[in-house]
Amino acid sequence: MDRLVLLVSTGVARGLVVALFALSLVIIWRAARIVNFAQAAMAVVAVYVAFAVQQATGSYVLALLAALVTGALLGVAVERGLMRHVAGRTPLPGMIVAIGLVMVLQSTLGILVGPQHRPMTPVLSQSPLYVGTVPVLSRYDLFVLVVALVVVVGLGLLFNRTTLGLQLRASAVAPEVSRLLGVRVPRMVTVGWMLSCAVAALAVLLLVPTELGLNAHSGDVLFVHAFTVAVLGGLDSPAGALVGGLVVGVLVSLVTGYASAGLAPLAVLALLTVVLLVRPGGIFATREARTA
Amino acid sequence: MTAALAVDGLVVGYAGAPVVDGMTLEIAPGAVVALLGANGAGKTTVLRTLSGLLTPRAGRVLLDGDDLGAVSVEDRSRRGLAQVPEGRSVVAELTVEENLQLGALWRRPGRAERRAAVDEMYGMFEPLARRRASAGHQLSGGERQMLALARALISRPRVLLLDEPSLGLAPRVVAQLFAVLRAAADATGLTVLLAEQNVTSALSIADRGVVLGLGQVVADAPATDLAADPALRHAYLGF
Repeated sequence: MDRLVLLVSTGVARGLVVALFALSLVIIWRAARIVNFAQAAMAVVAVYVAFAVQQATGSYVLALLAALVTGALLGVAVERGLMRHVAGRTPLPGMIVAIGLVMVLQSTLGILVGPQHRPMTPVLSQSPLYVGTVPVLSRYDLFVLVVALVVVVGLGLLFNRTTLGLQLRASAVAPEVSRLLGVRVPRMVTVGWMLSCAVAALAVLLLVPTELGLNAHSGDVLFVHAFTVAVLGGLDSPAGALVGGLVVGVLVSLVTGYASAGLAPLAVLALLTVVLLVRPGGIFATREARTA
Repeated sequence: MTAALAVDGLVVGYAGAPVVDGMTLEIAPGAVVALLGANGAGKTTVLRTLSGLLTPRAGRVLLDGDDLGAVSVEDRSRRGLAQVPEGRSVVAELTVEENLQLGALWRRPGRAERRAAVDEMYGMFEPLARRRASAGHQLSGGERQMLALARALISRPRVLLLDEPSLGLAPRVVAQLFAVLRAAADATGLTVLLAEQNVTSALSIADRGVVLGLGQVVADAPATDLAADPALRHAYLGF
């Protein structure tokens, strides 16, 4: 029982990181109708910058800010420099360019920083806290949980309570009508990329200390999980990304804990297969979103 | 007096077969003009060119005397040229309230002024007030068109372009919608260009009717004359 509590609570913390990353994929999909396969590679570049900042200054807060800013800037660069020029009638060209970008970024990183894993020390302790005698989250997991929740709530408020969010939502689903109402739609697409890539960078930054360390491929598994989650929840649904992330996080944690770490990716793929068989559009997709 | 909206030698479309071919038109401030013509006469093309969605091959569009040639769609809207496009132009994912807020964003700055503007629209369109929290896709056809009109009026435009607002609506709903439109024009001095297939309804609220045929103005007369002249009606409007 104690073990179950530990695994579930750790799974929730990991799941929120997956949810954050999935949310970043949903934001780009809604803004630009592109599944950004380069999201993890871009986020890893931002985290390398954050790593360098932490080494130079010793400050985790500065590193966190550096990851967010670099992520946002990379988002602008990729959208303005690449994606804007391949936007077509179908999402396919953008996806192919994104896959090409993954190769370019990962190879360049490999040349610049080498293949070794660079350990990142977590800002807080990784040993579990106890509620009575039951081990639950570590301090670091708790930190991840709080940061992820703050970002999710913040994004929710931004999209639903501000005029910027109103414009972002409107231009995502009705670009022409939005332009007729005075919304600068291309700028909204850029803002979407900025937000999305900053969130993705944050997710990878939160994840790396709990893994082997920083490497050009540190975001790959996270991307696979988050992509699964985004498809599970429906690419149009922020709520789906959140719930799906938690489900996948807890599933991975339980399978890893009770069976083996090697089985976890299989469990995620099995889940994906079952959901796609039952609801091809995703659990949370609305009819409108599916036909859009 | 400077025309509120002027079109000068407008040519739009592909080489060889322009959809609009040398159209010239001036609309005085505060006038309600019906733009008539058969299917394919170029009404929608004209409106989409005026709002900047299409780029003309030749000719000019002037808003209060200012050439709009280099002005983007977004900036035309912010300058007070509003368009209600054909069909379901309501943002289906947003609520009635959010659609209205979006319409008010640029020309009714400030949270308090926007609130007042939205409430003013609820006063004008009572069915919308009852459905303020409903998403656009939950509305009936009449409610959607009402919302599209309210969302255009809320920005207090100088010129309003409407593309077939009566499409698919019951006659009683069309009559209500057009009555509100006429009242808004009279109350605020709004200039209206109303593209319509529904000739009788359009002429009943218009000051003037302009008939398009093969991309050119083939008739231009006071609405009452156009409605009363059987020869004109028969030749250009087919009834």
